[in-house]
Amino acid sequence: MNEQILFSIYIFVLAIFVGFEVITKVPPLLHTPLMSGSNAISGITIVGAILSAGLGHSTLGQVLGMLAVISATINVVGGFMVTDRMLEMFKKDKKKEAK
Amino acid sequence: MGAVTNVVYLIASVLFILGLKKLGSPKTARQGNVYSMLGMLLAIVITLLDREIIDFTYIIAGLLVGSVIGAIAAKKVEMTQMPQMVALFNGFGGIASTFVAYAEFVNTKHLVGGTDVVVSLVLSLLIGTVTFTGSMIAFLKLQGWMPGRPIVFKGQVAFNGLLLAATFVLGWMFGMDTLNGQTFLLVIIAIAAVLGVTSVIPIGGADMPVVISLLNSYSGLAAAATGFVLSNNVLIISGALVGASGIILTQIMCVAMNRSLANVLFAAVGTDSGSGASSGGEQRNVTRYTADDAAMIFENSESVIIVPGYGLAVAQAQHVMNELMQLLEKRGINVRFAIHPVAGRMPGHMNVLLAEANVSYDKLVEMDAINDDFQSTDVALVVGANDVINPAARYKKDSPLYGMPILNVDQAQRVMIIKRSLATGFAGEDNELFYDDNTMMLFGDAKKMLTDIVKILKDE
Repeated sequence: MNEQILFSIYIFVLAIFVGFEVITKVPPLLHTPLMSGSNAISGITIVGAILSAGLGHSTLGQVLGMLAVISATINVVGGFMVTDRMLEMFKKDKKKEAK
Repeated sequence: MGAVTNVVYLIASVLFILGLKKLGSPKTARQGNVYSMLGMLLAIVITLLDREIIDFTYIIAGLLVGSVIGAIAAKKVEMTQMPQMVALFNGFGGIASTFVAYAEFVNTKHLVGGTDVVVSLVLSLLIGTVTFTGSMIAFLKLQGWMPGRPIVFKGQVAFNGLLLAATFVLGWMFGMDTLNGQTFLLVIIAIAAVLGVTSVIPIGGADMPVVISLLNSYSGLAAAATGFVLSNNVLIISGALVGASGIILTQIMCVAMNRSLANVLFAAVGTDSGSGASSGGEQRNVTRYTADDAAMIFENSESVIIVPGYGLAVAQAQHVMNELMQLLEKRGINVRFAIHPVAGRMPGHMNVLLAEANVSYDKLVEMDAINDDFQSTDVALVVGANDVINPAARYKKDSPLYGMPILNVDQAQRVMIIKRSLATGFAGEDNELFYDDNTMMLFGDAKKMLTDIVKILKDE
């Protein structure tokens, strides 16, 4: 096992712990937006997709890259937009706030 | 990858973590989502500035097509359809990982050599593809384009195990000769596609919340695996965060149904459609009440807890429900909603549906916080929920519901249940609460019944 992969595993494991800590604090009230929002974050593959589509090693690689860009962009754009749409609806009674 | 790029990726990762942290409260949640968006934007922009990119045609075409499709889908989707939308987005995330991993293999064939790269490449293709086909099946089931009941065949679990083992063997064979190994990879993708289908079809409609949560987790793990292939930390971190999130939600859903994950995935619950046959020949009497009776009870009460189920959303009765709440509150009655964790079709779904109907979020109380209040409540109004209020879950050991945490509606002074018929819920377990002296059964369509009650209360 080389250094790089070991380093990557370190990061992966620590990030999982951070994820557990942060996400257990999200109230059930917001679990649906949490899902769609985290879903959008998993669209980060778009970064890899852009590189595959643009590096131009081979046409096949570029076409696959483009398909990846399309799928990941749907995930990212759709996920963030729908999450925003949902979160906008969560409002507290105005009368109460005035008190 | 340059140092600047890596620093920006780090900033993006921090923004994702802060964004998720801000989801901890409805007050900051929207801002949190903006943080995550900003993180994503930064990561995309710095990647586009990469000097090695020589051709932007494919990238721009992909970004345009994806943005248009994503934006239209996000604008058009109804809140009741949120679960299938999330399933669909999950699927796209999964297939993106598969494409990227395979493209990486095509582009850098000569570099693939070390065990670490081989393992992460195979895992990335496997998880990405399973996520894709699994999510598509979940989408079809939730959308109603495929029967929701479990589809099972003999030896299904063994068959799936065999498929999984086959991918590992093929992955090992690929590792022996990576340069000419593309056939192995293509077969792995094909097997993974089948595996995604055969592992989701045996899961019944009621268990869908668990499956979507699990697929959510997979889509994160797929991204992380791709991160290992590309040695890209922002992918690894984001993927791990999403993976953890999905696992937590899966766990919460399982606990709320008192089922183990293995039971949900393999037991194919709901195969024999129990259409209320459990009560046998025994005929029990139920008194029918009307909207007038209900209105009168409300007039004389001080506190009301409403228990909404998915039936409320199916009947499109959320808005009239909010109207009823306003009317009751005007009379000084304390009204709250009790939300069971599995109310709706995905984690937290009921909250979104009620928020859409302008119900203030401080009225939405989760089960553990409100369960002790039922005994001091005058009326518990149940609309479109059944299994989550069935007292059999407490004591009836042979019931499929046994051990599932339920809402203590039976402890309220009065229970009002709006329901179409006496039919059983998903679990096929008869509900004794329907026959209780304290229970008022209001038979009919939820929307019509609530509209009638609202009309009467308004006229007075």
